[in-house]
Amino acid sequence: MTAERIRSLRRGAITLMVVAAIYQAVARSGHFAPALMPPLGTIARTLVGMLLDGTMLGHAGATLYRVLCGFGLAVAVGLPLGVLMGRSRPVEHFVLPLASALMPIPSLAWIPVFILWFGLGNTVTILIVFYAALFPMLLNTWSGVRSVNPIWLRAAGAMGANERALFWKVIIPGASPFIIAGLRQSFLRSWIAVIGAEMLAASGWGLGWVIFDAKEYLDADVMLAALVVIGAIGFVTERLVFGSIERATIYRWGMARTPKG
Amino acid sequence: MHDLAERHDIAPAAGAAAAADAGLWRRLARNAFPFITVGALWEIVAHLGLFPAQFFPPLEAIAAVFVRLTLNGVLPHHAFDTLVRLSAGFALAALIGVALGVLMGRTRRAEDILLPLVSIGAPLPGLAYAPLFLLWFGPGNVPAVLLVGFVSAFPIIFNSWTGVKAVKDIWVRAAQAMGADDRRLFRHVILPGALPYILTGLRLGLAQAWRILVAVEMLAAVPWGLGWLIFGAQEFLNTDVMLAGIAVIALIGLALEKLVFEPLERFTVVRWGMMAS
Repeated sequence: MTAERIRSLRRGAITLMVVAAIYQAVARSGHFAPALMPPLGTIARTLVGMLLDGTMLGHAGATLYRVLCGFGLAVAVGLPLGVLMGRSRPVEHFVLPLASALMPIPSLAWIPVFILWFGLGNTVTILIVFYAALFPMLLNTWSGVRSVNPIWLRAAGAMGANERALFWKVIIPGASPFIIAGLRQSFLRSWIAVIGAEMLAASGWGLGWVIFDAKEYLDADVMLAALVVIGAIGFVTERLVFGSIERATIYRWGMARTPKG
Repeated sequence: MHDLAERHDIAPAAGAAAAADAGLWRRLARNAFPFITVGALWEIVAHLGLFPAQFFPPLEAIAAVFVRLTLNGVLPHHAFDTLVRLSAGFALAALIGVALGVLMGRTRRAEDILLPLVSIGAPLPGLAYAPLFLLWFGPGNVPAVLLVGFVSAFPIIFNSWTGVKAVKDIWVRAAQAMGADDRRLFRHVILPGALPYILTGLRLGLAQAWRILVAVEMLAAVPWGLGWLIFGAQEFLNTDVMLAGIAVIALIGLALEKLVFEPLERFTVVRWGMMAS
């Protein structure tokens, strides 16, 4: 097993090195303008330079602020509404048709409308992120609450649990695998939406804006450096934040099997 | 509907039909009620004049624009071009994605080589590549289709790979013991076994393609397309045109879900008993 794993790792590392070497060779060959396809050294220098003088941190900070506002808003609306939908049929009958009509509209399609309504700036981006993150949160919470085993509800009721205890001790933990899946999916959508929204609606700061702005000046090295930062932030939130949330909640409560390896 | 009719099978047939009919009407009314409520609110706000009509047009204005643009062929042309781009990009992603995913699932070497590349590329939001693609391929259709294909290929690769790996060993060994050669093993065991996952991947890929295509059209400055229609209308403050465009986008999105994937799933996976309906 370990020998096989080492071989896999070695092969993976070799792949990455070969791809990097091919890229480097093509970039150096002079077939394409260096402005369009900068060598890896230039990208690394640009990245380090932008990190050191703080511009990249400013862009990343602006993007994270927008994501967290929009995502937080989506959770604040989607989670209670989803629980309500799962618990009360009239709410479900009212919200579900609206949600299924609005969901297939890509959030980014609203950008021009929102720009007209709210002007350029943070409001548009945050609302677009909110729109993108709301539906996965809402629908996952709803399915989660509906999937809570009715026997648990009846057992808790028979043991004298009141509505509040029932809610906090049975429904929320029971629905938690779905809720956490919803959070994860919502964040992923937010992350995609914020980059697109910043390209079309932001001015001055933000990782999406910096990529789009660099296109005007043919700064492919700035674009690729920003891509690296975007990838790094996405990776960290996905693995570290959501991974540890899952370990601390649903795996510990035994709601889902710990993945092997 | 079906089980409603069955539960009433003791009652005379006509009564059952009437009951089913009433149920249908009630369901229709229930589904229409939220839209009527929201529509009425929209109308009240639009007619109160809180916002200029240019920014917040009443529904009848949007409907009029919708009808006008549909009749003179502008809206269908935009929608058609968007659909062509979606199909081209998605077809590219489906071909390459399923091929790569199956290859990765079947051979250890391909998995070791491709997995690092796929896991680096997948978590990046696809739109972040858009300016790079525009820089490399120039504005127009080529970067739009390539970007849509590139982005939607990742879920397809991942799911095909998982699907092939999830095929039960016992099925493979049983087929081999019964003398199946590699080609028949692949066609009759591995492909059907992995199909639920592959279909899920295709579905996710198409959804992803659809979510970014509109934005790609805004960025790539293509001459026709719903994204471009909406984006262009912003210049002239034509909110009614924008909202009519969004209505078409919603209709296409719903149609994709109801007409493409739900039937496909019913016909293949559910029928073969791989998944409960």
